[in-house]
Amino acid sequence: MKILVCISHVPDTTSKINFTDDNTKFDTNGVQFVINPNDEFGLTRAMWFKEKQGATVDVINVGGAETEPTLRKALAIGADSAIRVNTEAKDGFQVAKELANVVKDGGYDLVIAGRESIDYNGGMVPGMLAQMIKANFVNNCIGLEIEGDKATATREIDGGKETLSTALPLVIGGQKGLVEESDLKIPNMRGIMQARKKPLNVMEPANAASATEAVKFEKPAPKGEVKLIDPDNLDELINLLHNEAKVI
Amino acid sequence: MSVLVYIESEEGKIKKAGLEVASYAKAVAEKMSASVTAITFNAEETSELGKYGVEKVLKVSNDKLAKFNAEAYSDAIKQAAEKEGSSVVVVSQSANAKYLAPLLAVQMEAGYASNVVGVPESTEPFTVKRNAFSNKAFSFTKIATDKKIIGLAKNAFGLVESNASASEEAFSPNLDAHDFDVEVQSVDKATDKVTIADAEIVVSGGRGLKGPENWGMIEEMADILGAATACSKPVSDMGWRPHSEHVGQTGKPVASNLYIAVGISGAIQHLAGINAAKTKVVINNDPDAPFFKAADYGVVGDAFEVVPKLNEKLKEFKEKNA
Repeated sequence: MKILVCISHVPDTTSKINFTDDNTKFDTNGVQFVINPNDEFGLTRAMWFKEKQGATVDVINVGGAETEPTLRKALAIGADSAIRVNTEAKDGFQVAKELANVVKDGGYDLVIAGRESIDYNGGMVPGMLAQMIKANFVNNCIGLEIEGDKATATREIDGGKETLSTALPLVIGGQKGLVEESDLKIPNMRGIMQARKKPLNVMEPANAASATEAVKFEKPAPKGEVKLIDPDNLDELINLLHNEAKVI
Repeated sequence: MSVLVYIESEEGKIKKAGLEVASYAKAVAEKMSASVTAITFNAEETSELGKYGVEKVLKVSNDKLAKFNAEAYSDAIKQAAEKEGSSVVVVSQSANAKYLAPLLAVQMEAGYASNVVGVPESTEPFTVKRNAFSNKAFSFTKIATDKKIIGLAKNAFGLVESNASASEEAFSPNLDAHDFDVEVQSVDKATDKVTIADAEIVVSGGRGLKGPENWGMIEEMADILGAATACSKPVSDMGWRPHSEHVGQTGKPVASNLYIAVGISGAIQHLAGINAAKTKVVINNDPDAPFFKAADYGVVGDAFEVVPKLNEKLKEFKEKNA
């Protein structure tokens, strides 16, 4: 089985979010970048397939050279090779088109992408990619088993989950549940050393067009101070929730 | 020209989120001097959509679509948009709508903006404000394509009544075999509980509750308020509560009107999941818990004393205001 895991290079969860250039660009100053958490679950599940059922695992990112340390981390976790499509995409549509361009010639049985990235939160790349390459698609995937060319996937729905059956080639939008957080793989020293020798191929983009563009960013207005209520005066809390916040 | 809105239903009944997207579609249509057409799948009674601005309902009735099917539904919505000449399609941000929207975007060659929080800032160029960076910032996104798909963030617009009356028309899209290549085998859904996604109020517990046996008072508060129950990540990791209740960056996002956090200190990953909740109440015995910085109202006190007292007072309040 040939698996491709899409890796988004995102600011660490604890990063302060600021913008530069008159609020048109994300300020990367002092920001630590990591593998998108939803992609990390997918990468570990891909490793599971590799170990238990035999698979080759490639990872891919659409981005500039600054994303290579993130791809190297994925290689250190156990991916066999990495691809970087050398362009800075403006939106998910463009990313999906660049990915589709690689996938169509790659002979992949399974493509795993996170259900959304934690920076732009578009939630569109896996579904768009699936549609572009005419593969089957399961979103919000929290469980995946593959036997031959048949797949059984579990996805989260509002208020529960459902089990689906489908066939390869398959694209999934993955999330926590594909593996548990405690099972996430952390690169060890041997993996880090090996990763240095693994191929990281840079591909020139197909120059796909974007469909949307973030023209400006804005931070929410600073929040007022918390109103503290005496635990012996809970009537006041109810009064505030009813009359001020109007939520009960 | 019309704005097309996908209205979700469950067991034939229109969901409240469907009325919200209808209200929103009406506001978008007004900006574009257009009308609103809705598409429903196996919904029975659809006349109330008129009250929220829908002028025409395309009703798809098809047993093969009894269960949600992203591919077939998006295929049908695309055909409805073509038939109605709709350049804008509005969907909610339910798990199902988020599943089908990217498929639809590719089929329609439309730009898709998700997590949108308001009516377009302008229609020429078409620019919408949306949540980004896990709700820590807004992005003003220009949709450059002729056709556009907007995913409206939950509870971002509310219900707005208007005075239309909706005509109904049966609609039978052409579906092909490929639409059914992903097949639902089973659905496991708690039907008697308010879900975190649908809830107006969410009551959530953290490690401060010390053990799963102490969740009775959280469930009692949820019962009184008609709320959903939720929890922080360590609580679901320890197995005190199911993973489906985990709220946070890698768990569920909450966009309820009220979020009550009991015994949750407020790790940044948790806060990322609840940024979109409108009013936040924190009950914690540690006055330095970071959650107090994010909260609107706070009670510094022992949850085991505060919550039972608060439950009694909420009961009295509910009885008085019933």
